[in-house]
Amino acid sequence: MSDVETGKFDVCIIGTGMAGMASALYAANRGLSTVQVGSAGEIMFASGLLDLLGVHPVEEKRAINRPWEGINELRKDMPNHPYARIKEQDIRAAFDEFLSFLQDASLPYQRRNERNCQVITSLGTLKTTYCVPKTMWNGVDALETKKPCLLVDIRGFKGFSAGQMAAALQDVWPDLRTARISFPETEHMSEVYAEQMARALDSPQNRAKLIEMLKPHVKDVQTVGMPTIFGVSRTHEVVSDLNKGLGVTVFEIPTLPPSVSGVRLKEAFEERIPDKGVRLLPREKVLKVHHGTDGYFTLGIGQETTDRTLKARGIILASGRFLGKGLQADREHIRETIFDLPVTQPPDRTQWHRKNFLDPSGHPINRAGLEIDDSFRPLDSSGRPAFKWLFAAGSILAHQDWMRMKCGSGLALATGFAAVQSFVRLFR
Amino acid sequence: MKTSVLIIGGGATGTGLARDLALRGVQSILVEKGDLNAGASGANHGLLHSGGRYVASDPETAKECREEGEILKQVASNCIENTGGLFVAVAGDDEKYVADFPVLCSRCGIPAHELDPKEALELEPTLSRQVITAYAVEDAFIDPFKLSMENMDQALSLGGSLLCHTKVVGFECSNRRIQSVHLKNTRTGETIIVEAEQVVNATGAWAGEVAALAGISIDLLYSKGSLLITDSRIATRVVNRLRPSSDADILVPGGTVSLLGTTSIRIESLDDIRPTIAEMDHIIDQAAEVIPVLKDTRYIRAYSGVRPLVASQSAGDDRSVSRSFALLDHARDGLENFATITGGKLSTYRYMAEKTADLVCARMGVSKPCVTRTEPLPSSETSRWTEPGLAPKEWIKRGAPEDLILCECEMVPKSVIDRIVTSIRDQGDRADLRGIGLRSRIGKGTCQGAFCGIRITAHLYDKGDLQADEGLVGLRTFLNERWKGVRPILWDGSLIQEELQEAMHCGLFGLEL
Repeated sequence: MSDVETGKFDVCIIGTGMAGMASALYAANRGLSTVQVGSAGEIMFASGLLDLLGVHPVEEKRAINRPWEGINELRKDMPNHPYARIKEQDIRAAFDEFLSFLQDASLPYQRRNERNCQVITSLGTLKTTYCVPKTMWNGVDALETKKPCLLVDIRGFKGFSAGQMAAALQDVWPDLRTARISFPETEHMSEVYAEQMARALDSPQNRAKLIEMLKPHVKDVQTVGMPTIFGVSRTHEVVSDLNKGLGVTVFEIPTLPPSVSGVRLKEAFEERIPDKGVRLLPREKVLKVHHGTDGYFTLGIGQETTDRTLKARGIILASGRFLGKGLQADREHIRETIFDLPVTQPPDRTQWHRKNFLDPSGHPINRAGLEIDDSFRPLDSSGRPAFKWLFAAGSILAHQDWMRMKCGSGLALATGFAAVQSFVRLFR
Repeated sequence: MKTSVLIIGGGATGTGLARDLALRGVQSILVEKGDLNAGASGANHGLLHSGGRYVASDPETAKECREEGEILKQVASNCIENTGGLFVAVAGDDEKYVADFPVLCSRCGIPAHELDPKEALELEPTLSRQVITAYAVEDAFIDPFKLSMENMDQALSLGGSLLCHTKVVGFECSNRRIQSVHLKNTRTGETIIVEAEQVVNATGAWAGEVAALAGISIDLLYSKGSLLITDSRIATRVVNRLRPSSDADILVPGGTVSLLGTTSIRIESLDDIRPTIAEMDHIIDQAAEVIPVLKDTRYIRAYSGVRPLVASQSAGDDRSVSRSFALLDHARDGLENFATITGGKLSTYRYMAEKTADLVCARMGVSKPCVTRTEPLPSSETSRWTEPGLAPKEWIKRGAPEDLILCECEMVPKSVIDRIVTSIRDQGDRADLRGIGLRSRIGKGTCQGAFCGIRITAHLYDKGDLQADEGLVGLRTFLNERWKGVRPILWDGSLIQEELQEAMHCGLFGLEL
């Protein structure tokens, strides 16, 4: 059996984005001795909204209201999409298990099981998603019923204008009013940051001050929308105090990344995942990997140079795309950075991107990635699994465009779940 | 509307002409279909040529460049960084050309001081070890945006007018004269009729299209040139390759970046001018022969401009067509108050404006001579923010912390945006992201507008400058426009940046929907 002291594990998860975090959770919950390595940070860029499937087909810009039905259509239209290899019950189970972990980590989420929901964004657009932090839920509700709503922005907080949202959304949500406040105790500061405000609101005294600031503005409205700042670790208390103190419901609006939603996910994971028995090595990279005759992968881990060596029976590669550095591109080719696995990609750079940035059909490069078998094992150039015990999950997989299809978190969770399941099946 | 001179085209020549006329006491209206420097005047190297580039192919232009370079360094010093330049040849370059170069330079009166290759490497350590010959010349960097804006601003301060986003849709001609010019505001659709004593077509590559509206045909060749911007400054001087004019011959340092180009590709139409991936790869491979680091450096954007070359009906390479300008007096075509000025170079814009103003003044009986040869170009409030590093320097000096930095890559604060918005409004126009971008450094840093576009949009809504979904429409236009220059250089670091931007703009905000 594997053993933490000798650095020998059942499975090593490479990557600390959404897919890596979810895979680590699923592996740990199944009793696997798990080590997770990643240079951290990526999950900070998560919007915090858990998309399942929001648009399909992207060319038609068709918004999906019933995501499970949408996924069934997708299975037929895009048989290579990673979703097409996963049973619906498994995708559902992946969400249930992940959400229950977040609930336990004091980061409750909310959804309608069968339908997508819509939130307003800080830009004044509508975003279709599946599952949102509970702190945003009142906004979903209020948008649907077009409740009279006050949008509040904050002096010194850039890129978030209540006036912009009210103006841009005037046709879909006519009764939006606006107010600007100074965040408590920041009167002397020019610029204020979301994370700083969120941490301040973890303390009850600051919440009380914020309520006093907001009160004079809350007239004839049923709900109040603010940027995502309702605490980092005590979001539930913040929302409940604000609801009580103002006598109306409050909700958060997603903001520019890196946002507080990303910070919350990162902290929840980094605190709770070790409790599950996962050996988490954030801020480190896999620099070398070798598959030995003993049937184990030997991984050289470190920042610039190898600081330690680990052994793992299997690997789940959830190293992401270009931002996560799982993929890397030069002028000619896209390559996978750790195993140099073959990457399905357009023939040359002229076909990576379309002429217009906002072309609804999406850029072909975004569908580049790893080919896999039904067990989520990446394939080598001959079309066979590259290694018996190497699995891949998340955005590094080919034949999906999570940014256009709005399926990023669903993809991360479902493929992480499927990869871990396959590993367990093989392992036992 | 009535005016003495209607100038069509807001590039370097048109704005230079507006100033030249204003200094002679002649009132003018300048009409521009887009914004200032929207054509080739805003899509070049920003090189104030020593003239060395043209000593073999076009000695007249070489001499003009030399003379104008000397004048502009005196009168427009606030737009110029006097970097100096080098001409270098590497092993394998045309030895005959190398040998002839100093002789040809001296024939044109162009100072070229021979350097030992070792010396050249000491001056510019990024040069290839393969350098065999090097000459020091008097090249400089000139900020073309600042230049046009300062010219325009002085013309405005002396009573001139500017109509941006206004296009010529027709001329009414009779009795051998243009009686009136029909204009249309491209944003509002409003039509304006201008009666002018004289009309000058200074529309660069578009000169043929505009003249055609008056029934006059001009034979122009279009040569597209594409360039790349590096994310940091590669050399301290301009580096020219010492060989007959070819692709990717010139690297110009401009403030915090360097500009590398160009190509020369004959095109048939002026629609949809954009740099291509093949051009980028070609430029990089060629230029890396002289400066190897250009192979691995990070590029932040590419752009293309169109050189209008006045055809001498000659076949062959566009580079052999003269780069000197053409001042066409359309009296000989039957319109006595119409002229076209096109071709030429940024370096000679002042001289082109002078010659055109001379013609127009002679026709109107104005005898006051040109003074732009000696009269310094005043710096103006609105034009100064194109200079890299100025906004943060001023911001720190002012020490007004409530003045939020809206563009974090280039450190452009709210107050600068506000001043630019006001100045655009004072010129009778409405500010949008593109207009602000032209007049400042926003959108020019690493994020290429991904973050600052959003922050500035929010700020414009707060100021009440945007209504309904105008800001989102403007943001989409701005992003698609920036994309033209970003798409061909997406690999490695730029591709990572692009992925982050797309995750934000499409994944979260759904701007494509």
